[in-house]
Amino acid sequence: MSDYLDAFGRALPQLLDGLLITVVLTLGGALLAFVIAIVLGLVARFDNIILRGAARIIIELFRGTSLVVQLFFFFFVLPLPPFYTQLNPIFVGVLALGLNYGAYAAEVVRGSINSVAAGQWEATTALSMTRTQRMWRIIFPQAWALMIPSLNNLLIQLLKGTAVVYTITIVDLTAVFNKLRVETSVYFAYGIALVIYFILAYLLMLFMNGLEKRAVHKLGRQAVSA
Amino acid sequence: MIDTSLWNWDHVWASLPDMLMAFVKVTLVVTIVGSAIAIVLGLVIALVRRSAPKPISRIVTFLMNFIRMTPLVVQLLFMYYALTSWSPLMVGIAVFGVHYATFMAEVYRAGIDSVPRGQWEATTALSMSPGRTWISVIIPQAVRATVPALGNYVISMFKETPFLVAVSVIDMVGAARAYGADHFRFTEVFIVAGVLFLIASYPTSLLINRLEKRLAY
Repeated sequence: MSDYLDAFGRALPQLLDGLLITVVLTLGGALLAFVIAIVLGLVARFDNIILRGAARIIIELFRGTSLVVQLFFFFFVLPLPPFYTQLNPIFVGVLALGLNYGAYAAEVVRGSINSVAAGQWEATTALSMTRTQRMWRIIFPQAWALMIPSLNNLLIQLLKGTAVVYTITIVDLTAVFNKLRVETSVYFAYGIALVIYFILAYLLMLFMNGLEKRAVHKLGRQAVSA
Repeated sequence: MIDTSLWNWDHVWASLPDMLMAFVKVTLVVTIVGSAIAIVLGLVIALVRRSAPKPISRIVTFLMNFIRMTPLVVQLLFMYYALTSWSPLMVGIAVFGVHYATFMAEVYRAGIDSVPRGQWEATTALSMSPGRTWISVIIPQAVRATVPALGNYVISMFKETPFLVAVSVIDMVGAARAYGADHFRFTEVFIVAGVLFLIASYPTSLLINRLEKRLAY
């Protein structure tokens, strides 16, 4: 056991680097996914059929093909002719995670906006608000409170999804533990890896729950989920 | 001689047989057997959490959340190196089944909660045994409401089968990558892999949406 702890101690600097990479991928991917989700979610509700259709195609394309396919596509295809674009693997990771989970989140955004009570929409018409005012001041704050629980789930899915990036040469947390496995044991290395991922997921969940409480409080209501 | 064209159909036709074979032998097998395990085990987890004594249900709940909130890829690697006597495909099926069971357990829980209280009271009034209450009254109603959500998890599982690359199982995407590496040509294979995923999952999700509307009562 003390051998294991020694090996663990030696691996600690790499472990912190790996942790940083996993956090960067998670936060970078989440940020990109969030922007994509808001844009696609709003555009998918437009009256203009061309814009709406384009948003739908993008959403279904990135939802329907697998994350790993997207990751490999950006990583293996872009450097070859005729593209000749070698991207930084971490950037590839953020891009694939952001697009994939952004497409899922866009559906959440669209659905939440649609499920804001009809009376709220009518009230904005009665007050002759502009479309921007209506969305920004009345509809979105209420939709935001509705969408946080689903976004919370997606964020944890995204964190879990980052573990696959070691297959495109990124030395993330999983890659570091793959190395530690060789020096220690399977149970020791992956046991710790799972606990670290669990703690990260738990922290994200606490953060999102706080966000939900705030969003609901701002509307003058009580939070539904704990 | 490097092919600099944007698209070459020859690579599509050359890679397709291997990819389709891997699709049937790995992707479909893992999805179908894994879903079967998840559907049954998920119900077991939901029932244990509801009916078992407090300490047991607490432990099961913790394990469930732990599995739900940690990466499938790490679980695959863990079991692959821990269960060396199992074939990688078996490990994959077991890990996918257990991982998704933890998600399906939550779906069942919501389904069971959605059965009106009057139904429970009626079984008491008819002095039904607990076993009969569950089997002939509660579960049939609870499961009906859960079908669409379970279906969505089956589709998610299907799209996560390429994670099997971690345990050296060659699924459709693995076959695509192998072909690409041999021929230094990845465009066609990954596009074809994406299209195959889309062809299989998009109609299924439309079907589930329709089912969801029909079952909503």
